[in-house]
Amino acid sequence: MKDAEETRKRLLGLAEMLYDQFQKGIVPHLALPSRTKSNLEYDQDGEIWVYGDQESVRSVKTIRGAKSVLKTTYLVELLINEHLRQNRGSTLREIYYISENWDIAKFGEQAESDRLVEDLEILTALLREDFHVRPEEDGATVFGPLTISEKTRRGERTIHCQEDVGEAGYQIPFNVDNVEFKEHDAKFVIAIETGGMHARLIENGFDQEHDAILVHLKGQPARSTRRLIKRLNEELNLPVVIFTDGDPWSYRIYASVAYGAIKSAYLSDYLVTPAAQFVGVQPSDIVNYDLSTDKLTDQDLQALRSEMTDPRFATDYWKEQIQLQLKLMKKAEQQAFAGKGLDFVTRVYLPERLSEMGMI
Amino acid sequence: MEIAEELAKHQKAISVAEFFEKNRQILGFDSAPRALITTVKEAVDNSLDACEESDILPDIFVQIVRRGEGFRVVVEDNGPGIVGPEVPRVFAKLLYGSRFHALKQSRGQQGIGISAGVLYSQLTTGRPTAVTTKIGPNHRAGRWELMINTATNEPEILKTEETEWDRPHGTRVELEMEGSYVRSRRQSIYGYLKSVAIVNPHARITLVEPDGNMEVFERATDKLPHSSYEIKPHPLGMELGGLIKMLRYTDKKKLKSFLSGSFSSVGAIITQEICERAELDPEMLPQDVTHAEATRLLAAFKEMRLKSPPTDCLSPIGEELIRAGLEKEYRVDYIATSTRSVSVYSGSPFQVEVGLAYGGELKADGKVDILRFANRVPLLYQQGGCAITHAIENISWKTYSLTQPGGGVPTGPAAILVHIASTNIPFTSESKDAVADVPEIVAEVELGLKEVGRKLRRYLSKKSALSERREKEEIIRKLLPRISKKLSELLEREEPDINPVVAKIMGNLLVKRSVVSENGESFVTLEVANYGDAAKAFKLHETVSVEAKAIEPDARVIALGDGYDHLWKLSLRPGERREIKYKVPSEGVSFSEPVVEGVPSELVSGARVVG
Repeated sequence: MKDAEETRKRLLGLAEMLYDQFQKGIVPHLALPSRTKSNLEYDQDGEIWVYGDQESVRSVKTIRGAKSVLKTTYLVELLINEHLRQNRGSTLREIYYISENWDIAKFGEQAESDRLVEDLEILTALLREDFHVRPEEDGATVFGPLTISEKTRRGERTIHCQEDVGEAGYQIPFNVDNVEFKEHDAKFVIAIETGGMHARLIENGFDQEHDAILVHLKGQPARSTRRLIKRLNEELNLPVVIFTDGDPWSYRIYASVAYGAIKSAYLSDYLVTPAAQFVGVQPSDIVNYDLSTDKLTDQDLQALRSEMTDPRFATDYWKEQIQLQLKLMKKAEQQAFAGKGLDFVTRVYLPERLSEMGMI
Repeated sequence: MEIAEELAKHQKAISVAEFFEKNRQILGFDSAPRALITTVKEAVDNSLDACEESDILPDIFVQIVRRGEGFRVVVEDNGPGIVGPEVPRVFAKLLYGSRFHALKQSRGQQGIGISAGVLYSQLTTGRPTAVTTKIGPNHRAGRWELMINTATNEPEILKTEETEWDRPHGTRVELEMEGSYVRSRRQSIYGYLKSVAIVNPHARITLVEPDGNMEVFERATDKLPHSSYEIKPHPLGMELGGLIKMLRYTDKKKLKSFLSGSFSSVGAIITQEICERAELDPEMLPQDVTHAEATRLLAAFKEMRLKSPPTDCLSPIGEELIRAGLEKEYRVDYIATSTRSVSVYSGSPFQVEVGLAYGGELKADGKVDILRFANRVPLLYQQGGCAITHAIENISWKTYSLTQPGGGVPTGPAAILVHIASTNIPFTSESKDAVADVPEIVAEVELGLKEVGRKLRRYLSKKSALSERREKEEIIRKLLPRISKKLSELLEREEPDINPVVAKIMGNLLVKRSVVSENGESFVTLEVANYGDAAKAFKLHETVSVEAKAIEPDARVIALGDGYDHLWKLSLRPGERREIKYKVPSEGVSFSEPVVEGVPSELVSGARVVG
C-alpha cells in the first residue's frame, strides 16, 4: 500500500502528462499493455504470467478514445478530490453511479468503470485499494487452524478461524493487507470452488483430520481471496492445492490462482500463487473413479479449445488432461463424489490424490 | 401466319381445351392466384406493346372485382384499338398474333397469352369474354362477346354491337374466372404491376383491388422508350427447321438473292462465300434446296466470320429511366445504374441493364430483393433457376460492401434490378419465368452487377468519410474542450491551447502565435503548419497597432487607419511547417487574431478566415 500523498502525486502525474501533450501539440493519448491472451508472457523469475510488449493506445483521435480520456480525467478528479483528500472510499458500483452526474463522461455500464479503475492501476502502478476503491463482492471465507488479527475501523480483532467463527468460517476482508497472520497448526491450504464441497469438508472434519486450512473460492475467486492464498503460501510457507469441478471453466479458476488472469495479469505479482497445485476433478478422475458425468456443451467445447491455445495451459499435464476430456466429451462436478457415499471424497479421493501429490 | 396455321391444324387433333389442360403449367394457369396474375400480365403486356408501337403514353386501368366464387378481371388501355375483323381472332384463337415471327424486341411473343386467359375464363365459369375497342375519335366503339370453340380453336362471336365509349381510342377486355386474390407478396397482381411500373416509367397504371382500394402507379416521365424495330434473322441464330421453312416460302427466285435478302449481316460477298462453302449454285431456286443441302448451308453459316447483327433494334430502358422507376417505387438513399453495350449470343442481339437501390426503407437484414425483367416484363417465378439470379450469386459481394453469408444471394438493404432486352430471350420454359444460363448473358449480367457494385462501394466509402469528419467535429467541439478544462482544474493551471491538437486531428492548417518579451521588446513567432494531406496556398494577415520591425521573411505592410496589416503570401506542402518572426515594442501594442485568406474556414485552426 502506498500512502495517500504518493497516490495523489501519481494520479496528478497522469493529468500532467495529458496536459503537457496538449501544450506540445501532441495528440493526447494513454498507452496501456493490451490485456489479451496473445500478450501474455511467462516471467521466469517470478514464475508468473505477465503482459508482454503489445500496447493498446487510447488517443483522442477517435471518439471512443477521446471519451475514454475524458472519463479518465473525471475519475482522477474523483479519486483525488473525494477519496484521498477526504479519506473516503467508494465501491466499484458506487463509482458507476457517481458518474451519472458526469454528463457525456458518464459510464455506459459498470464493466466500463471497472475497467477504467484497472487501467488506472496499470498506469500508476498502484492498487485500487490505494485509491480507496472497494469491490462489491465480499471475499470468500476461511476455515482452519489459523489465528489472524484484522485491523478494522473499530479496532483490532484477533480471530481463530476454527474456534472463534461459526460454520460459515472467517470472512476475508476486501483489503487483505489489513490482516496479519498470528499463528497456525496447518500443513497445507486447500481452496475449494463450490460451497457444497466446502461445507462437506467442514462437516466431515477434514480440516481437523489433516490440519488443513479450507478456503472457499466461491467460483472465480475475488482479488482478496487470491491475495490471501498467496500470502498463506508465501508468509506461512504452506503448500496450496485447488479443488474444483472438472470442467473448462474450473480449470480457469485454477489458472487465475496459480498463473494469473488474462484481464489482470498486471497484478500477477501481487495475486498469483505459482506453487498452487491442481487436485481435481481431473478428466482422468472421471475414468478412474467412474464418476457421474454431464455431456460437454458447445460452450464447454469452445472453452476447452480456447484453453488449448492459452499459454497458461501449455504444459504437458494440461494438454493431456484437456485432450482426454475432449475425447471423453464429458465433465463432472465436485459433488459427483457423493454418488459413492458422503464420506468418499474425504476418506478416499482426497487422501489418495494428496498423497499422490506428496502433500500428506 | 403459315406456321400458326400449321400448329393450329395440329392442335385440332386434340381439342384446345385438352391442350390447355395438359399445358396449364407452361401457360401460367397452374394455381388459382397465378391464373389471375397471368391473365392480368398478358392483357397488360398487350396494352403496353400496342401503345409503344403507336407512340402513345400508356394509361392502363386494371380492376379486379369479386363475383361470387370467382373474379371479374378488367383491363383497359388507351392504345390504338383493334380493327373490327381482327378482334375475334386476337382474343379467341390460340396462337394468333402479329409478333409470333417478327424478330423484334417485344413483350409477348407466342400469341398464346390473352387467348389462354379467355379459354381459362370460359372453362372455369362458362362465361364469354367481353371486348370493347375503338380505333379513333371519329369511329364508333365496337363491343364483342367472345368464346373459343374448343373443338376447332376458332372464335365464336356470341354478340357484337356498336356502342358509345368516351375514350378517343383504346381497348377494354373483361373476363370472369376462378381464382384467388393475394396481395402481400411479390407474386401478386399488385407486386407485378409495381414491377411493371418500375421498368415502364412512361406508363400510368391504375389498379382497383377487390376491396375497393385504388393504387396508382404514376408515370415518372413523358419520354417514350426509343422504339424497337424488326430485324432479319442473323445466320448464326438459325436452326435447320427454320431455314428449311424460309427456303420453301420465300418469294425470291434465286438462292443468292434469298441469302442476301433474308438475313442480316449477309451481303453479296458473304453470299458468294456461303454458296462456295456449301457447294451450292447461287442461281438455283431456293425451293429446290434439299434437306441435305440445307444442312450444308447451315454448316456454312456457322463457319463464316460474320458481322454481329444490328443492335439498334433493341430498346433498353436507359439509366435515367431505371433510376426514375426505382426512385418512384422505393424510398432509398442511393441508386446506381449501369447499361452494358449490346452483345450477341447465337446470332441474337441482347443488352443488359442493371440498377441497384440501397438504404432507405429497404430492410437491412435478409437477402436483397431481386427484380428480374426480360423485355420490360417482370419475371415473378422460378427466381432460383434464372440466369440473372445465378449471375448475382456468382459475384463476391463482400468486395462491394454487401455481406454474403454462406455465399449465394447477398444480404443487406439493397434491391437489384436486372433487365435483359433481346429479340429472342432464351427462357428456360414456355411459361417465360426464368432466363436460361446462356454463358454470354450470364457474363454480361455479371459485368453490369460489378459496375453498380463499384459505384455502391464508392458511395459507401464517401459516406463513411463524411461520418468520420462528423465524428472528428464532435471530438473537437465537445470532448477536447472538456478534457482541457478538467485538466486545468485538476492541476490548477491555465487551460492549455488545444488548437495545435485540433489542427492535427482535423488535418487542418494551424496558425499559432507566441510572444516572448525581453528588454522592452516583444519577439513574436507565428508558427504556420499544414497538417492536411493537400498543399495549401493562402495569404496570412497579422494586424498590429504599430508597424513591426525585423520581419522575417519579408511582408507587405499596409497602413490602416488604426494600425498596420502585415501580409505574407504562403504556400505549404502537406506536413510543412514555417515560422514567421518579427518584433514590436512590449508596451502599448495590441494584436488582432491572425487572419487566413484563401483556405476554407473548416480547414483552419488558430486563425480567423476571410474570403
